[in-house]
Amino acid sequence: MSAPHRIAVVGSGPAGFYAAEALLRSGTPVAVDLFERLPAPFGLVRFGVAPDHPKLKQVTTVFDRIAGLPGFRFVGGIEIGADVSVPELRACYHAVILANGASLDRRMGIPGEDLAGSHQAGAFIGWYNGHPDAAGLSFDLSAERAVVIGHGNVALDVARILLKTPDELRHTDIAAHALDALAESRIREVQIVGRGGVARARFSPKELGEFGALADCATGLDSDDLPGGVPEPPVEAGAEARANAAILRGFSEAQGGSGKRRRCLIRFGLEPVRLAGEGRVERLHLRRPDSDRTLALECGLVVASIGRRTAPVAGIPYDAQAGVHANLGGRIVTDGVPVPGLYTCGWSKRGPHGTIGTNRACGVETAAAVLADFATLPLPVGSADALVASLTERTGHTIDYAAWRRIEAAETARGQSVGKPREKFVTRAEMLAVAGEAA
Amino acid sequence: MAYVVTDACRGCRYTECVTVCPVECFHLDEQMTYIDPENCIDCGGCAPICPVGAIHPSWQMPVGKGEWVEINRLRAAETPVIAAKIPPLPGADEQAKRLAS
Repeated sequence: MSAPHRIAVVGSGPAGFYAAEALLRSGTPVAVDLFERLPAPFGLVRFGVAPDHPKLKQVTTVFDRIAGLPGFRFVGGIEIGADVSVPELRACYHAVILANGASLDRRMGIPGEDLAGSHQAGAFIGWYNGHPDAAGLSFDLSAERAVVIGHGNVALDVARILLKTPDELRHTDIAAHALDALAESRIREVQIVGRGGVARARFSPKELGEFGALADCATGLDSDDLPGGVPEPPVEAGAEARANAAILRGFSEAQGGSGKRRRCLIRFGLEPVRLAGEGRVERLHLRRPDSDRTLALECGLVVASIGRRTAPVAGIPYDAQAGVHANLGGRIVTDGVPVPGLYTCGWSKRGPHGTIGTNRACGVETAAAVLADFATLPLPVGSADALVASLTERTGHTIDYAAWRRIEAAETARGQSVGKPREKFVTRAEMLAVAGEAA
Repeated sequence: MAYVVTDACRGCRYTECVTVCPVECFHLDEQMTYIDPENCIDCGGCAPICPVGAIHPSWQMPVGKGEWVEINRLRAAETPVIAAKIPPLPGADEQAKRLAS
């Protein structure tokens, strides 16, 4: 039998796992090394999906199954560009697939954006989800009003976590530091603000609908935004936009007299102009693009959720407009010409859109490109096994899938004592200590 | 709760849904696909991608389609998993046009 083709996949979120699966189930002999910067796998399933959406996180059972396929190896705690370079990987693998997601928040580009109290959604989400890079952040939750800028599901996540009661979050896998801080929060109102109208909002109806069932928060609209009520989106806006409109009408009719102590307002047709305040955010100035009227909202916390882009990787062509690695159908390209042996999938290929499963179709497409190119790929000059072994020497640790399972077991045990599905370790040091314990 | 395939799939069976299901919870017989409610994680990826709008969440079934919740549960238990796209049934495009009009 011929030696298997060796593929390095960089990034262990859904896209990385599904690309690995498509390769390993292709019937062609392949071995896949899945590299991950953190000691914990699963990318946005662990660090993006909100803690109060536990059912979505059950997808990790599928990833566990993929990790059990013959030829699969997890190489955790290894950062590409810091611990190992892309050229080193390319020398030891037939193909390298970058599945490193979209880790950078797009900025609003308005004055005052860097004031204390102004944040980007990625930081806030990483914080409540226990991402090691965000665990040390703090958010001032002492003012009555917060504003979330953006009309997507991430904006809804941020607002919902700010508006849920501690009891609604206590039995989720929310990071302990975030639960403690939110329990002391004095925020009573969150306004979700966006430039467009109802038809342009990118909420999914299911997540928007959750705002009608919050324990201590009433959700409504501001009649200044939509004086004629919620308009019916045109047919071409799609079924989701029409479903959203129906849900929003329900919110506006239910307004008032709910007896609930917190309030959410979903606002339309408002463009952020600048943030102002003495040393920290005190006001957000907005304008209506259609009429040039302006207004100012007093607020102590602003979270911008207006999009994400892929962090460029040294030496990899970047499509600045789309915010992804320059690629055609998953093949990384320079001036439209494929770079042999370099591929991408997931958000770093197609931008930050779609559901978890979108990455499955995406991973299948990229894997098909790799398999189709096999005959023409440059042969590796180095040994992947030797490279992975050398990484242990460089970093002092080995995080294979068994080591991750030890981390996971310890987190589950910690969670049990406090009634949570898991209590995440929020520092690399804690994870490495548990991972390093004898199996 | 789960997503549910309704009779609009019958005779089309495009199986676009299968390509975006993260948990392989679609099952298949000669006529249509079904969702296993035990495995569905409510990600919602399949509903908007269905060319004929056959898939709905169980908590928001269109009027008259409620019985499909139970039919999906029963048929998913009796039929094999489908993990990759297959060609649609003959006449699928005509049926899709009919459903859209």
